[in-house]
Amino acid sequence: MSSIPFIDEFRDKTKILQTLEILRRTVDPSAEYHFMEFCGGHTHVIFRYGLQDLLPFNLHLIHGPGCPVCVLPRGRIDSAIQLTRDYPGVVLCTYADLMRVPGSEGLSLIKVKAQGADVRMVYSPDDALRIAQQNPNKKVVFLGIGFETTAPATAFVIQEAQRLGVDNFFVYCMHLLTPSAIQSILDLPEVSQQGAVKLDGFIGPGHVSSVIGTLPYEQFAEQYKKPVVVTGFLPLDMLQAWVLLVREVNALRCDPNKQVGVQNQYTRIVSREGNLKAQQLVDRVFEPRAVFEWRGLGQVPGSGYQIREEFAAHDAEKNFQIRVLSTGDHPACACSAIIRGLKTPLDCKLFAKVCTPDNPIGSCMVSSEGTCAAYYSYRKG
Amino acid sequence: MAKKLDLINGCIDMTHGAGGKSMHQLIEELFLGSFQNEYLHQQNDQAVVPAISGRLVVSTDSHVVSPIFFPGGDIGSLSIYGTINDVAVSGAEPLYLSASFILEEGFPLSELKKIVNSMKKAQELTGVPVITGDTKVVEKGKGDGIFITTTGVGVIENPRIQVSVSRVKPGDEILVSGYMGDHGIAVLSKRQNLDFETSIESDSAPLHELIREIIREVPDVHCMRDPTRGGLAATLNEIAHAARVGMMIEESAIPIRTEVAAACELLGIDPLNVANEGKLVVFCAPEHAKRVLEIMQAHSLGRNAASIGTVREDRDTLVEVRSNLGGRRVLYWLAGEQLPRIC
Amino acid sequence: MCLAVPAKIVEFIEGQKAKVSVGGVQKVISVSLVDDLKLGDFVLVHVGHALSKVDLEEAQKTLELFAEVFQSELFEEGLK
Repeated sequence: MSSIPFIDEFRDKTKILQTLEILRRTVDPSAEYHFMEFCGGHTHVIFRYGLQDLLPFNLHLIHGPGCPVCVLPRGRIDSAIQLTRDYPGVVLCTYADLMRVPGSEGLSLIKVKAQGADVRMVYSPDDALRIAQQNPNKKVVFLGIGFETTAPATAFVIQEAQRLGVDNFFVYCMHLLTPSAIQSILDLPEVSQQGAVKLDGFIGPGHVSSVIGTLPYEQFAEQYKKPVVVTGFLPLDMLQAWVLLVREVNALRCDPNKQVGVQNQYTRIVSREGNLKAQQLVDRVFEPRAVFEWRGLGQVPGSGYQIREEFAAHDAEKNFQIRVLSTGDHPACACSAIIRGLKTPLDCKLFAKVCTPDNPIGSCMVSSEGTCAAYYSYRKG
Repeated sequence: MAKKLDLINGCIDMTHGAGGKSMHQLIEELFLGSFQNEYLHQQNDQAVVPAISGRLVVSTDSHVVSPIFFPGGDIGSLSIYGTINDVAVSGAEPLYLSASFILEEGFPLSELKKIVNSMKKAQELTGVPVITGDTKVVEKGKGDGIFITTTGVGVIENPRIQVSVSRVKPGDEILVSGYMGDHGIAVLSKRQNLDFETSIESDSAPLHELIREIIREVPDVHCMRDPTRGGLAATLNEIAHAARVGMMIEESAIPIRTEVAAACELLGIDPLNVANEGKLVVFCAPEHAKRVLEIMQAHSLGRNAASIGTVREDRDTLVEVRSNLGGRRVLYWLAGEQLPRIC
Repeated sequence: MCLAVPAKIVEFIEGQKAKVSVGGVQKVISVSLVDDLKLGDFVLVHVGHALSKVDLEEAQKTLELFAEVFQSELFEEGLK
């Protein structure tokens, strides 16, 4: 069987076991290490390969909020659902990740689709633009979710829509920015003062960084003295990243005044500056919002994108009445605490009893990389 | 009727389902013309078959696949092989099929002809005839082109054969007959909104001859199933749940084509959740596993057969998968279809 | 949002697009966000767009990142 280049080599068992051995020898057996992988994709890798089974007992993983589906407040899903009701005949295009996320009243996009709304799953925003071109009599709204990895593609289609004059194409922009989110976590009282959440370092999002580079994390690393290692999404990458993190934490514990920086383990894809062309495109089409609400983190300044005035003709928020109500979570849902690393799914009263992948209450369970979904698929001790 | 069916440009219309001359013409020219056998020839409302000695096995399946034509098959061949397989996994020899069609007004006769031809070939290949059937037409917009329901009848003559999920027990070895996920990827590649190219073809195939070989030598096989929708994960979970056992699967032992694995990476789906149409999962006592594997590997449909795991005690009836690194995860039973992800 | 795969460019298509192959599976994607690409180059693909070129040399270096350390540690073990 031939291999998939640049994927299979980084799943090579021998190299992985070697790296694990190095990790075991690098940790100080009398110390504890707590690392947060910010990105949900990393959480997914951990559980897919069962990496948590293999790590040294004193290396603890905190699953961060970097799942753009998990951190969208319920109100945003509700507003998308409401769009299909207020504007029957509108075609809503979305990535599949969002289809099953529960809004209020137990509804989700897949359920309203069953009720007759024209909700279509797309692989790429270009597909949504194509649908708009093929259906000039219908208004097509694309739900632009995701972090900086996904924003360039959305920016691209908005620009294309303008260039080609596709007047019936709109984007509901809900893109998020990671550096602001990381900052918010570091500023959480539980993290910075109370020490309720011990955090020694971050596994940085490799694909976000392919766009924004590693530069944006440098200030946190030094300011908060928390090492960051940007890495990829295959087991070997993550294990190497943990070795690098442990080394740096060890050095920092020896010398607290040591300078802390960002290490790039994912050099085959990521550079310090990132993809300038993509960044320029994003800057041309989007601008940061003053604040954006994240589930669990509340209103985070400068953490979301909105579409610039120049492209207002394709901005769903300017062309449709979109009401975003700040609806809280189900009272017993612990998603917001889980996203911040304050609780684990096991602490949630609903986990695995009422809230399951079949019947998700919170988005941490719906998204395949949500912490709860990951825990659910790994229940055996 | 003066005019013959226009099989090139004609379409199904409501008269074809009305029970009158038009419907009769459709049946005679298209169906009877292709599925030639003594039963259909009699043109009764039912088929009377000779007495059968042994236990009678019956199974039914509806086929609603979209797109109806896909690499490696179509809804027609699928409907024949799929039901033959459902009968055969009980250890029975499939004997007869019935086929009922629900056609949407406007469905092109040229496509119906292709499907009927495909079913004819499938019957000839397997020697299992469609001996009775039905046709209905629904208004445009009320049916996705064509739906086919086939019911299969078979017989188990040998009383020693007791293939049932109730016989699955801890210690049993789990075998699969070949590559997982081919059908699902072949079909997905033709779905409009996903649009990727692959040389992968559906593995749709009749398994009754392979099964015959297996039970001839190992009549004591505990359980067999052909994983279809929901992939291997659904089948293993169904059986675990019904037999109240757990399973431990070795991920690296599961045969998956590189291209299927690649397509799954691209879409963000798990190959174990991807549909199959011509594969067998066998549960047998550990002492028989080696022989069953040899028999499968000697057959054209089982060349890549492999032993993938074992059944064990587990009150939670979980199916666990161990990665090649030694880490474990639970392969859970998806509620609905697995959707591609971008996260 | 992290699901991105490395894909090989097998054909360039008009309109800043390319046909890429991931382990034999082919798809048409946009290459408007990455410059200076040649046939045979590998790119990281996410939601139908190439985001970055894969640097083959760096990939090799990463694969060998701890090889020396591991060898030397084993050597030390052997000496004990």
